Amino acid sequence: MTGLRPDLRIIADNIAAGSRVLDVGCGDGALMAALRDSRQVRARGLELDPANVSAAVTRGLSVIQGDADTDLVDYPSDSVDYAILSQTLQTARAPHKVLEELLRIGRQAFVSFPNFAHWRIRMSLLTHGRMPVTRLIPEAWYETPNIHHVTIDDFRELIALRGWTCDGEWFLSGDQQTSRGMANLLAEHAVFLLRR
Amino acid sequence: MTLLGPLRLDCGAALAPVEIAYETYGSLNAAKSNAVLICHALTGDQYVASTHPVTGKPGWWMRLVGPEKPVDPARDFIICANVIGSCMGSSGPATVDPATGTPWGMDFPVLSIADMVRAQALLLDYLGIDTLAAVIGGSMGGMQALSWPVLYPDRVRAALVIASTARHSAQNIAFHEVGRQAIMADPRWRKGSYYADGDVPASGLAVARMAAHITYLSEAGLTEKFGRRLQDKTGADCDGSSFGFDADFQIQSYLRHQGISFVDRFDANSYLYITRAMDYFDLALPFDGVLASAFMGTKTRFCLISFDTDWLYPTAESRRIVHALNAAGAEASFVELSSPFGHDAFLLECPEMNRIVDGFLRAGATK
Repeated sequence: MTGLRPDLRIIADNIAAGSRVLDVGCGDGALMAALRDSRQVRARGLELDPANVSAAVTRGLSVIQGDADTDLVDYPSDSVDYAILSQTLQTARAPHKVLEELLRIGRQAFVSFPNFAHWRIRMSLLTHGRMPVTRLIPEAWYETPNIHHVTIDDFRELIALRGWTCDGEWFLSGDQQTSRGMANLLAEHAVFLLRR
Repeated sequence: MTLLGPLRLDCGAALAPVEIAYETYGSLNAAKSNAVLICHALTGDQYVASTHPVTGKPGWWMRLVGPEKPVDPARDFIICANVIGSCMGSSGPATVDPATGTPWGMDFPVLSIADMVRAQALLLDYLGIDTLAAVIGGSMGGMQALSWPVLYPDRVRAALVIASTARHSAQNIAFHEVGRQAIMADPRWRKGSYYADGDVPASGLAVARMAAHITYLSEAGLTEKFGRRLQDKTGADCDGSSFGFDADFQIQSYLRHQGISFVDRFDANSYLYITRAMDYFDLALPFDGVLASAFMGTKTRFCLISFDTDWLYPTAESRRIVHALNAAGAEASFVELSSPFGHDAFLLECPEMNRIVDGFLRAGATK
């Protein structure tokens, strides 16, 4: 699993061999290919960008060009073991609805996102009074695809509000796993494993 | 070649003998596991990668099929058969009805897309091929490629469906009706009995081709290629029109050329029969209108490609198929490619399409 983005490596390490997976926002299929090759996972993908879809299909993966906001309704309920949404939640027009769809389609759902409450972002906003541009949020406000910034505590609140179960939490800082303590302040990135 | 048949057709009639003209490229391996069937479109033929005997033009899909191409005779045993109902050697209205000793004409039974596929299956039986590594088609060829796994779920491992649809829309039928009426309105059509004297309904068929050809292009593509530009005729003022009904505009002369050159290589009755088969095509019909039911339990891998400027079989039609494949739990890929060339894009240079086809087919080869 080397070469995978750190959040994807966490997801890959926690997926049961031989399971069925839907990777929503699968990019060029890096995670799907790793899961297929090392864990015999039956992976499907959904991806918005046609160039990424082409790259994934060229890898021999089954990927459909589509939009998480509108096209997840096409997938039958309970059709995969895991639905995965990595670094895509904050780009959705209706993130809560996308999460509901993920938990309908998959028995469990992995969700990873950059934490907007990380201390460096807080500092940046506090000291400069400008929208932060960081390693994980690299685009300026007017061109970023991230239209729904979210913090770890916001996400936990949504989980509680919707009555979902959290089966796992992982936090990353500087590509290294970091502790749960003060994650909302210290983690750059979070990965959650949810269940209905 | 002649196959014995008989072939039971959707209309209830039985066709015997069934003649199927086909081309092959490459050789069948010992395991008989490398057969790839290419399905041609409405006015296509079996000369997918070889010179057309009438027009002398190169094969119609040599951008995709040939040495070093995604479908490669060095690796694949490639088969392309003229569909029944057509006019390049397979049974059709221009071939002889054994009962009368004269060409069938309009007594030829009305066909369906499924009938064309069943005839291809007869050919595979004859060739000793049990399972296809892949079936590939664009446009009407895509309808066949999509029908293959539905009709013969155990005989095809991968289906590649390009710029196609699972059903003909009212608009599709409407355009075809214009073409058919143009042929039938030609006094030389004579209810299809024009073979004896060879005085064919060329005007009607040419108009049919012209109307259809517009649907294969895009407005943007036409504007880019022709715009409102006039023909550069000697003695004519290029800045003004002739104020007559000659082909002043380049697009007129282009369309007229398309129509006229078409009648040299195509039979008007075949055009009637094949457009009718396409109009009747609705893959979901035998499944109570539920397309997903057609694919339920399929083990075939699917790949669909559409083009953003194709308004004949727009992306929404491919998405409808993808939706059904998802609901059926099928392994499916789909991508909409960008091209200015409308429906015809699938026949034109498209490196992205080639990459996808290559990747999709190679993925099957490793399994």
